[in-house]
Amino acid sequence: MAKLSIQDLKKIKENAAKGISLRQEQGRIKVTVHMGTCGIAAGAREVMSTLVEEIAQADRQDIQVVASSCMGMCSSEPNVTVQVEAEEPIIYQKMTANKMRQVFKRHILLGEVQTDFALAKM
Amino acid sequence: MREIALHILDIAENGIAAGADTISILVNEARKDNLLKLEIKDNGRGIPSNIFKNVTDPFSTTRTTRRVGMGLSLLKAAALRCDGSFDIESEPGKGTKVSAGFRFDHIDRAPLGNMADSVMVLIAGHPDIDFIYTHIIDENDFVLDTSEIKKELEDIPITDSSIMLHLSELIKNALKDIELKGKMS
Ligand code: FES
Repeated sequence: MAKLSIQDLKKIKENAAKGISLRQEQGRIKVTVHMGTCGIAAGAREVMSTLVEEIAQADRQDIQVVASSCMGMCSSEPNVTVQVEAEEPIIYQKMTANKMRQVFKRHILLGEVQTDFALAKM
Repeated sequence: MREIALHILDIAENGIAAGADTISILVNEARKDNLLKLEIKDNGRGIPSNIFKNVTDPFSTTRTTRRVGMGLSLLKAAALRCDGSFDIESEPGKGTKVSAGFRFDHIDRAPLGNMADSVMVLIAGHPDIDFIYTHIIDENDFVLDTSEIKKELEDIPITDSSIMLHLSELIKNALKDIELKGKMS
């Protein structure tokens, strides 16, 4: 069986080592991608992988990504919930990779809620 | 679903919703036998026997079956449409195993799609769950076991975004590798 080599693992570790100093901040912002069947069929995976890319690019360790099951709102999937510290969570609907980038840059990094595609405050 | 990899992501999420802490995913591209086989196994609660008989019925009405039933019935329909097979075994308290087969060259078979991203998204969204992902193309194979990776990483979280991107690259490369090996032999 071909497995990840020790070298691969070392590389992964080196890659991560730079983030260690910031880890006490972890989880200040929580972004939940709802991964129900409809969400997945409607593009939730791309939304989530875009989010991971954006976080890596911004080099932020204080943003926690979570997958959760569905919210029972098939018609507005994919849904993403953004919770910044003590603020009220915002649910975004009909997300796409591009909308995710916008929410990341504007809401998560700058604090501006993107009301155009926000579904509701919880 | 546009990709088989999305079905796999969905069925794996079912297992996680059933309280599993380990999910095994097997993709077996037996191209020489014109077969694509999938197996997704979890160690979650299993499906209670009263719900089990209707579990792949998209119209079953109880709320709890709907969450699980819809994805399963989509996969079943996709497999059967491609001269394939579908099977589900579940034992309450022990877990569930879902298997599906497709005729590899069937015109209606969705492409396998982006397995690297499906696996990456599973790991990224569920840091406490272990995933064992095995991918076989004829006689070559590749295994990724997150419990090993976590051991090596020690106290660095596997969900760190740079690790995630790296892992997704690794999977993509590993799949290209085993595909190439098969072509050269
Ligand atoms: S499966 Fe959750 S909203 Fe449709």
